[in-house]
Amino acid sequence: MALGLSMESKLLNLAINGDRRSLGKILTKIESGFEPNISEQNPWTLGVTGPPGAGKSTLIGALISRWIKKGEKIAVLAIDPSSPKSGGALLADRIRMQGSEKSESIFIRSIASRNHPGGLSLFIGHMINVLSASGWSKIIIETVGSGQSQTRIVAFADRILLVEGPDRGDIIQAEKAGILELADIVTVNKSDIPNSKLAYNSLNSSLSLDKNNSTITHLVSALNGDGIDDLISTIDECPKSPEREILRQKERLLSLWDSRLLNYDRLNELLADLSAGSITLYEAVDIIDKERMGD
Amino acid sequence: MRIVIAKPGLDGHDRGAKVITRVLRDGGHEVIYTGIRKTPEEIINILIDEDADALGLSSLSGAHEVLIPKICEEMRISGLSDVVVFAGGIIPEKDHSKLYDSGVRAIFGPGTHSELIINFLIDVNQRKERGEPTGVGEEIGWHWD
Repeated sequence: MALGLSMESKLLNLAINGDRRSLGKILTKIESGFEPNISEQNPWTLGVTGPPGAGKSTLIGALISRWIKKGEKIAVLAIDPSSPKSGGALLADRIRMQGSEKSESIFIRSIASRNHPGGLSLFIGHMINVLSASGWSKIIIETVGSGQSQTRIVAFADRILLVEGPDRGDIIQAEKAGILELADIVTVNKSDIPNSKLAYNSLNSSLSLDKNNSTITHLVSALNGDGIDDLISTIDECPKSPEREILRQKERLLSLWDSRLLNYDRLNELLADLSAGSITLYEAVDIIDKERMGD
Repeated sequence: MRIVIAKPGLDGHDRGAKVITRVLRDGGHEVIYTGIRKTPEEIINILIDEDADALGLSSLSGAHEVLIPKICEEMRISGLSDVVVFAGGIIPEKDHSKLYDSGVRAIFGPGTHSELIINFLIDVNQRKERGEPTGVGEEIGWHWD
């Protein structure tokens, strides 16, 4: 049966049958544009987002160490930004998830947000399907908090956890970013720090302004474990949001659109013209539109 | 390249490892920094999950003589023979040949110019393209000087 199968298909079969080395390799293939052909999966997914330094990775570490004790198999896709200058990336989320390398029940994959063929979120969707088919019962996607495009990736998850730090006195900032509207659960982390209760109260009063709001809030400390068990119950009981499918499709569309634009062969030319002032923004968009139509 | 930077053993001084991490990032690589005090088993698990092309090991405590060959051996057993291993930190000249024999392809001591490390990786890529051995489980012989 191996005859005639591509290397990717072989890797995919091995990965689904539990071979971790093949799973690692097939994720690399997906990152470079391979689209796995597997049956429709029904993965359990959680998106974790929030500003840099809020403690997303540490909190994920605290959550997964409790979940694996209940027999769950957890996969984490941790996204960090690529350097716009060098194209390189420093992927260091896993240091905050201490102890995770000791367990067979935890799989952590670091992903750089570089300009991927087809867009980051398109392949994140494929990765989630392959992980689910390979037996990972909970799949967590951690994003960098800054930058719209990274935040948008969470639309891929069925439930979204927003992590805030206690030092952001003006939580309204989060509201402006729009992610607060997406979140099913908002948690203020670092309850071991004095101002956290204040931040938590201000978050609640801000959320209460919207009568239809159903966001659940928590105050936790990923460091000493306070409130983590309650947070886990909330996450476990959190239903898949019915509106999520629209968001997911919107994200896929935007992602592909962005990617097409970034890969447009005359992009640099247009950018040069724009910065020289020889064309306007509207003219640039018209040029791209026309070329597309002509294809 | 996807490169894992790890510190095996008990010493907790990771300034050097962090500097290398930054140098590699600025050289256009995706660097996975794993923190201090990793056991060989943990390092192997990280390499597998992250599907790394290379592993950089930093050692300052003198444990390199035991830990680095042990990691190289476990990599071969775990199907990671194609991964390139390089080392840095305080590694006396007299220990170099033993490490090269165990599959390490470059050793960078204190004072190494960061450009050299980038050049080493460029050389590795060119060798790979020509089908020449660079991985920890591939034919021993070539190492960076």
